[in-house]
Amino acid sequence: MKISKEEVEHIAKLARLSLSGEEKELFGSQLSSILDYMEKLNELDTRDIEPTSHVLSLSDVMRDDTLRHSIPREDALMNAPDHTDKFYRVPKIIE
Amino acid sequence: MKYEAVIGLEVHAQLLTETKIFCGCSTKFGSEPNTQTCPICIGMPGVLPVLNKKALEFVIKTGLAMNCRISPYSRFARKNYFYPDLPKGYQISQYELPICEHGFIEIIVNGEMKKIGITRIHIEEDAGKNIHEGTGNYSFVDLNRTGVPLMEIVSEPDIRSPQEASEYMKKLRAILRYLGVCDGNMEQGSLRCDANVSIRPEGQKEYGTRTEVKNINSFKFVEKALEYEIKRQIKVLEEGGKVIQETRLWDSTKGITESMRGKEEAHDYRYFPEPDLVPMIVERKWIDEIKSSLPELPDVKRERFVSEYGLPEYDADLLTDEKPLADWYEEATASYSLSVSGPKIISNWVKGELTRLLNEESKTIEECPLRPEQLADMLRLIDKGTISGKIAKIVFEEMYKTGKDAEEIVKEKGLIQITDESAIEKAVDEVISKNPKEVARFKAGEEKLMGFFVGQVMKLTKGKANPQMVNELLKKKLS
Repeated sequence: MKISKEEVEHIAKLARLSLSGEEKELFGSQLSSILDYMEKLNELDTRDIEPTSHVLSLSDVMRDDTLRHSIPREDALMNAPDHTDKFYRVPKIIE
Repeated sequence: MKYEAVIGLEVHAQLLTETKIFCGCSTKFGSEPNTQTCPICIGMPGVLPVLNKKALEFVIKTGLAMNCRISPYSRFARKNYFYPDLPKGYQISQYELPICEHGFIEIIVNGEMKKIGITRIHIEEDAGKNIHEGTGNYSFVDLNRTGVPLMEIVSEPDIRSPQEASEYMKKLRAILRYLGVCDGNMEQGSLRCDANVSIRPEGQKEYGTRTEVKNINSFKFVEKALEYEIKRQIKVLEEGGKVIQETRLWDSTKGITESMRGKEEAHDYRYFPEPDLVPMIVERKWIDEIKSSLPELPDVKRERFVSEYGLPEYDADLLTDEKPLADWYEEATASYSLSVSGPKIISNWVKGELTRLLNEESKTIEECPLRPEQLADMLRLIDKGTISGKIAKIVFEEMYKTGKDAEEIVKEKGLIQITDESAIEKAVDEVISKNPKEVARFKAGEEKLMGFFVGQVMKLTKGKANPQMVNELLKKKLS
């Protein structure tokens, strides 16, 4: 299955990636071969098999509603590219 | 041409848990920005979310109260999009396999009951808050709300008018508050409502093109925003245009909805099953436990208030809107069980004086300084003839303001009703001798002056004379 250049650009845009023309070519053909392999897998008859969404056969891992300490604000903010003393700071969202 | 509106509502309700959905940070509203976060809710690499059991319980509870089928198997999904208030770059939500499906709630519009279908209720995490004002060329982000548990309640497109939408919201809010799963505060954003609106010529089966109206951030705007949007769509069609499928924002200051035009990215969320969280398999036993813990819900309570207390529908509706008010009423009624008319008398006091006093101070019934027994005690004083109904209003307000009991207030203020015939007679005689003109007119047939005389006697006795005795004595003396 061939992935078009437009599809590569759309996926890149959704992921906020800017790609060069060469990269678009390269990833386009790689994505196509991944989908081809999926086609191969689709040849298997899976009619009576439950779909798997998790590899572990676990369910209902839950915690009680008990309070735990949050981290100091400085520690949280220091990971951001830009911040004030109280907030994360980003380019203006609404003009 | 006549048009019919078709409306479906998507309601987001913040769950009243202590902690966030996937971590132990507090959900408290109004704290200092960015003080309630941890590596899990701000999306640091390598962390693993773990579901808050209470949040799941609250959603199941809501589903049961709204007659839903609880899915025995349910799982989370990732909804991928970029926005500064979403640190992970995806929201953990549900897509296929939500926790609750196929329910309904009942609303009453113009005296008629109508069922509104609930398509689904799912659980998800809230995003943070962006601040755009007073921030110069930047926007500020506060992530305290990130990861607060939400449930999204999606209705069927069964709603046909803004009024029905408003009734639906009221009922939904009442149920959520009865269950104690959400505080229902639209102004603070713990209850949010988006509306899908379309119109079609009356009688047509197919739906028209719909718009999504967002940002309806107050109860009083539900009807207004929808009325505006319906009118707008009708105008577009009548002028030969076409309704465009788009998201529109309600602007409460301008009173209009506005297109978001291009500000919104294409909806391409690329949902997939959330690999960091395992599925939820809800056991029958747990559902049954939650079911048995459900409180009496507003509809059932309203009907019981009509059948058990003989109240008019109107009274029952008002009294059962909020559970604490209904509880207050029932406690007062239980401690005052003298007469068959008791429940209605108490209803009048609660709807009237009590509500007035609470509203004056913008207090809720939970902050009411008056205990239900105090009202019952005061009513017994009326029954015994110690005070008149008129004086009772003064006593009631004094009880409310000071917290003292009725009997104490009556003694302190000398408000005991005058039932001594000679004392009342004295006042009656005085009024008659002071108003010879009115007496003459009355005797000439102007009978409505009786009210004037009663009023004068009451004024003279500072409202304390037994009204019945005043009436009788006046009649005797004036005939």
